[in-house]
Amino acid sequence: MGLTLQFVPYMEIENLSSIGRIRKLLNAVKEDKIVLLEGRLKKEEEAELIKTTMEEINSEFRGIELAVVYPAAHNMAAFRKLKQQFINMLLGDRQGLTIIGPASIVKEIKKDPNKIQLFTTDDRSKPKKARKKAKS
Amino acid sequence: MIKFVGKFIHKVFRDIFRKRKALKIGLYGPPNGGKTTLANRLCLDWLGEEMGSVSNIEHETREVQIKERITVKKDNHELSFSLVDTPGIATKIDYEDFMKKGLTESESKKRAKEATKGVIDAIRWLDNMDVVVVVLDATKDPYSQVNITIIGNLAARDIPVLVVGNKTDLRKASIKKIKAAFPQYDVIGISAKKGTNMEEFYESLFVIAG
Repeated sequence: MGLTLQFVPYMEIENLSSIGRIRKLLNAVKEDKIVLLEGRLKKEEEAELIKTTMEEINSEFRGIELAVVYPAAHNMAAFRKLKQQFINMLLGDRQGLTIIGPASIVKEIKKDPNKIQLFTTDDRSKPKKARKKAKS
Repeated sequence: MIKFVGKFIHKVFRDIFRKRKALKIGLYGPPNGGKTTLANRLCLDWLGEEMGSVSNIEHETREVQIKERITVKKDNHELSFSLVDTPGIATKIDYEDFMKKGLTESESKKRAKEATKGVIDAIRWLDNMDVVVVVLDATKDPYSQVNITIIGNLAARDIPVLVVGNKTDLRKASIKKIKAAFPQYDVIGISAKKGTNMEEFYESLFVIAG
C-alpha cells in the first residue's frame, strides 16, 4: 500500500480559526493521508487537536501520531539565539514542520533535535535499519 | 509588552486567589508513566492510604481523581494541597491494544471509550491547576510530542512545572535524556514504586509550590 503525504503550506491555515485549522488537518488525516504542515499550531491548538481527536475515535479511526520539529533556541550560541529570536518574531508559527499521520498507518514518530523517524504499521516485522528514516 | 503585563497581572491574581483556596497540584503525563503510583506513594507517605489502582495495561486511570487536604511537612515548613491525578494523555487509543494485553473485546472497547473521555477531561482540567508535576517514564523517549504539548501548554498558561523522571529502578532509565529534552525545567529522578529519592521530590515540591 502506498503512502500519501499531503503538504499544507502555512498560508492555507493562516486565516482560519483554531477550530478551522484543526478540522482541516484532521479531515486530511482521516482520509489516511500523512499531513506535512509548514510551521506549527499554537500550543493550545495542539491540545485542542488531541481533544478533538479523542472525541472522534471509533472503530475506524484510532487516533493520530503527531510530531513537531522546531529550531531549539536553548542549544544555540548567544548570537545565533538572538538571530533566531528575531526570525521567530518575524515568522511566528511559520517556522518548523508539523507531521500528523493516522495511527492506523503511522505506528510511531521518533524525534530527537536533529532527525525524525517515521515507523509505519506495515514494517512491524522488518528489521529496524530497513525502516523508513526521514531527516529533517 | 502587553503580553508581559497580562502575564504579571495573571500571576498576581493567581497568587492572591491561591492563598484563599486550596492549592491544586496536578499529576500529568503520558499513560503508564507512573502518575497513580506516585499519587499512591505520596498519599501513603502523608495520609497512610493509597489513592487509586495501578496496572501494566495502559489507561488504568480513566477519570480525574482528587485527594483533598494532603499536608507535606519538611523541617519547620508545611505544604497543604489537593492532589489531582489525571488520566494519561495520548494521541491514539486502539481497543485492539488492550485485547493484546488479555482483555476481552467488550472490555477493551469499554476501556478505550472511557480512556478517550479521560484524555479530554485531563486536558480540560489543565486550567484548574496551580502547580503541575509532569510524570515521565524515564525508560522511554522523552521527545514524544505528547510530553512537549503538555509542557508547552503549561508554560502557555504560566503554571509552574516540576518534571519527574519515574522508574529509575529500571536499568534502561535515563534522567540525563529527560534533562536534555527539557533543560529549562527542574528534573527529579525517582522510583515511585520503590520510594527512591522521594525526599528530593518533596524538597522540589516545596520550592515550586511553596
